Amino acid sequence: MNAVIAASSLGKAYRRTWALRDCTLAIPEGHVVGLVGPNGAGKTTLLELAAGLLTPTRGTISVLGDRPAAGPAQLARVGFVAQDTPVYARMTVADHLRMGAWLNPGWDDDLARRRIGQLALNPEERAGSLSGGQRAQLALTLALAKRPGLLILDEPVASLDPLARRDFLRMLMEAVAEHGTSVVLSSHLVADLERVCDYLVVLVASRVRVAGEVSDLLATHRHLSGPRRDPGTLPASQQVIEESHTDKQTSLLVRTSEPVHDPAWAVTPVSLEDLVLAYMNPANEVPARRPQLGVVS
Amino acid sequence: MIRLSWLQFRVQAVTAAAALAAVAVILAATSPHRALNAGFYHWLYMAGIVVLYLTPAMIGAFWGAPLISRELETGTYRLAWTQSVTRTRWLAAKLALAALASMATAGLLSLMVTWWSSPIDQLNVFRNYRLSPLPFGARDLTPIGYAAFALALGVTIGLLLRRAVPAIAVTLAIFAVVQVAVPLGVRPNLIPPVRTVSPLSLSNVTAVGDSVPTTNLSVTAKVNIPAAWVYSSQVTAPDGSTFLGPEPQACISGSNNACNTALARLHLRQVVTYQPASRYWAFQFAETGLYLLLALLLAGFCIWRVNRRPGR
Repeated sequence: MNAVIAASSLGKAYRRTWALRDCTLAIPEGHVVGLVGPNGAGKTTLLELAAGLLTPTRGTISVLGDRPAAGPAQLARVGFVAQDTPVYARMTVADHLRMGAWLNPGWDDDLARRRIGQLALNPEERAGSLSGGQRAQLALTLALAKRPGLLILDEPVASLDPLARRDFLRMLMEAVAEHGTSVVLSSHLVADLERVCDYLVVLVASRVRVAGEVSDLLATHRHLSGPRRDPGTLPASQQVIEESHTDKQTSLLVRTSEPVHDPAWAVTPVSLEDLVLAYMNPANEVPARRPQLGVVS
Repeated sequence: MIRLSWLQFRVQAVTAAAALAAVAVILAATSPHRALNAGFYHWLYMAGIVVLYLTPAMIGAFWGAPLISRELETGTYRLAWTQSVTRTRWLAAKLALAALASMATAGLLSLMVTWWSSPIDQLNVFRNYRLSPLPFGARDLTPIGYAAFALALGVTIGLLLRRAVPAIAVTLAIFAVVQVAVPLGVRPNLIPPVRTVSPLSLSNVTAVGDSVPTTNLSVTAKVNIPAAWVYSSQVTAPDGSTFLGPEPQACISGSNNACNTALARLHLRQVVTYQPASRYWAFQFAETGLYLLLALLLAGFCIWRVNRRPGR
């Protein structure tokens, strides 16, 4: 498995505070990867390190097998849509496309013009007067028309209204389907990720809490509920992610690759949102005695 | 990349061209080459000097300071730095175009003002002041060096402060300090001055001061070197020490002539340290070169910094 992003003990400090610390992960190619985590988990820092906008304080990161922003060739292979989708307010839409053509050897002008046409953007309009959704679409167009091998999007839909968000993600999915680009997309809106991602990475406090293909994650996690019981008595193959107890009842979220046969449990599938929330909850940190999750390779 | 730089800089460039054209019209219409009598020429002459000093400051503040800081402030650097162009090339192109425009603006303005002022500069009253601090920096080449330096200074401050408005203020303050410090502290040392020792000619003596009740005497003499930039003029005794007296008796009680004769008998010397007027162009080149060198150093620092400590 080739990693589009591989980080090892990666850290980034601003003066004395660590925005990302000791982060180790590997994101496989050929996926639309959702990077999810609470605010302050280090998602933006990680993605900006991957785009080469930041340089690591510690550790290493490689993107498509090379140091981020190592040179024009590496830059050409990575498309980046930054948080709040910055564009030049005083330049027109057409100017932005011109910029893309001038600065990117692999620029696909047909693709860019077709998309601007589909979006019904006026090429002579200044980017500063576009709506948030249009601006995000323009930024996505610039990144897509580079024809990158990897497209990184940092909270691209966070500031968009639901309609604009749906349109943006639909456009993204169409483009990905057409060109087979690997995508890494961060968001804290699990519903959005569920719609577009086939691979999920949950990042909490710089650590990967869980990572895997969405279908695998959904297939290997189960809600168990039944009479009150000590989770320590579960079979070794069942790993408790979250537990809650009342006087009489125990309800668990477990990870297991085997079917649950114990008739005492009522077994139900988990939604992606429940799964993500369980992993994001700091109360469910993996204690040291259990095997550490999250290092994927 | 140079095309994008032009796209983003063309409004400023066109504004500068329009301003230069307006100045050209004003100067051509009032050319003292045609008539040199009206009183307002004095004001226009001074205005030319003021404008030439202000232009590099404005270039530094309004072209230099926002050039990078605006990108950092609005976040567009994240768009620019993720195109297929390295940051070094991105910054080099932006700097090169802005520096070219700055130097062309200041150079053309200086050319026009120098031409306009030349009949006045050649009048005896002004000719002696070519090397003196105020007009020197507003003629010929020096404004080009100032403009390049001011631009690089503005870009550097903007890169460090990451905000356009504080960067503009700080750039103006630092540039003003440099523009005062260089004529006072640096320019006099760019070329070692000439030192001449000659017998004191009594016709040069401008003042003879005695201090009662002591018999100390101080003699001040003027310097008769046309258009020179005089650092110091001292009257010394034949052994080279500063002459402090004693005052000859003839100067206390005798006539002026008797006093002069008595002074002549002391064989005083006049020691002058100065820069001859012939060094005008040497100073122009030296100072312009110094500012261009500083601008290059700052540009190099900016490129290093953008690569080493990008983002926040």
